[in-house]
Amino acid sequence: MTKARDLADFLGNNTSLSTINNAYAAGTLVPSSTNPSLIINGDMLINQRNAVFTNPNGVFPVDRFGVEQYVSTTTTQQSTTAPSGYSNSLLVTNGNAYTPTSANFTYRVYQNIEGFNTAPLLFGTSSAKTITISFWVRSSLTGTFGVAIQNSAQDRSYVSTYTITQANTFEKKTITITGDTAGTWIGATNGVGLRLIFDLGSRANRTASSANAWETGNFSRVSGCVEINSTTGATFYVTGVKLEEGSEATDFQHILYPEELTKCKRYYQVYGGSGNYHAFASVGTYNPSSGVGYLDLEVTMRTVPTGSTVGTFQASNGVTSACGVNLSGFAEPDGGCKLIQVHAHSGSNFINGYFMRVRANNDATTRLKFDAEL
Amino acid sequence: MGNNMTITTAQYIADEDGNNSCIQATIDGQEMFVPLDPANRHYAEILKQVAADTLRIADAE
Repeated sequence: MTKARDLADFLGNNTSLSTINNAYAAGTLVPSSTNPSLIINGDMLINQRNAVFTNPNGVFPVDRFGVEQYVSTTTTQQSTTAPSGYSNSLLVTNGNAYTPTSANFTYRVYQNIEGFNTAPLLFGTSSAKTITISFWVRSSLTGTFGVAIQNSAQDRSYVSTYTITQANTFEKKTITITGDTAGTWIGATNGVGLRLIFDLGSRANRTASSANAWETGNFSRVSGCVEINSTTGATFYVTGVKLEEGSEATDFQHILYPEELTKCKRYYQVYGGSGNYHAFASVGTYNPSSGVGYLDLEVTMRTVPTGSTVGTFQASNGVTSACGVNLSGFAEPDGGCKLIQVHAHSGSNFINGYFMRVRANNDATTRLKFDAEL
Repeated sequence: MGNNMTITTAQYIADEDGNNSCIQATIDGQEMFVPLDPANRHYAEILKQVAADTLRIADAE
């Protein structure tokens, strides 16, 4: 697309192929290439959960980006504070200042990238490729922060640092990392191929001995890095996150919303919200208290997801009965999942041998949620 | 990612044929239906806690 645009802009009346080749060779025509990013939702635009999480531990304030920390009154959410050219960022707001006592204390923003997408980097082999991470970051605190790459088992880590020089101002950072030629890195599977981590104040057992080197262990910072947990109300914003092959950071590519949403739905999906009687599935009753049907997911998920429900349900085919809902999925040959079994159950109120629709029970909050995050 | 999930209850759910189809668990205060798939992070955590003898999965009713 971008090369086509370059050519269209340049060509005018110059239609000779040799003219174009000569222009490329002379550098008067420069292709505006941008490498694909292995990060999904790097501009923090997709937010299916649409929630503010307090005391977060393994939550996803925007799609695909998690936050983990084990203490405090921290909150995390999608923010509309963003640098020029972006609409959103991920925001972590520290609660009360505290000093963790556990050396294992972990305070991180992270994205786990699927092995199917990282396998071409050839980490763990002598042909491991160099990668470059670029991102926009802002904090109420200045100083040196840790950023890290880890493998699935979290026994190989590369910690680098970046410096925020001005408080409450977005700054763009770029970090290049030589690929790991050692350690165990999973190949083309649906497991964790690579972890990208922004450290916010982890403790001793997460502190590498030196920056810019591969080490054995679960590390995401070096000594002296900022610990936002030490400051009441400290903030950390990040957006425009890109991880690409090569030693240069190319421009962030904003993906069309439907395309990025589809990518995110491989890891999380939510259904419901159209009104008080949103319909989810049709079930056939096989006794007066049970019915079973199926929900075809919009996108094949990474693995069989964890299902959960919010709100209240009813089953109806003229006779209406409040019901509970159980969810279980079926694995595809590649480990993914497209089909969910919806099991409605009630206290012997169903009419046996009929089809019924399972829908919200006059409840606009009713949802079905499916989580296949890494 | 190394999440310290708090799992307070876990019980197998049987399908209409009597086979275990998933685990109904309360994880971090929320009721979830966890598939019996090791690639699922919640099931992986359940297996980890069962191995550590800090969690028991009740039989299906």
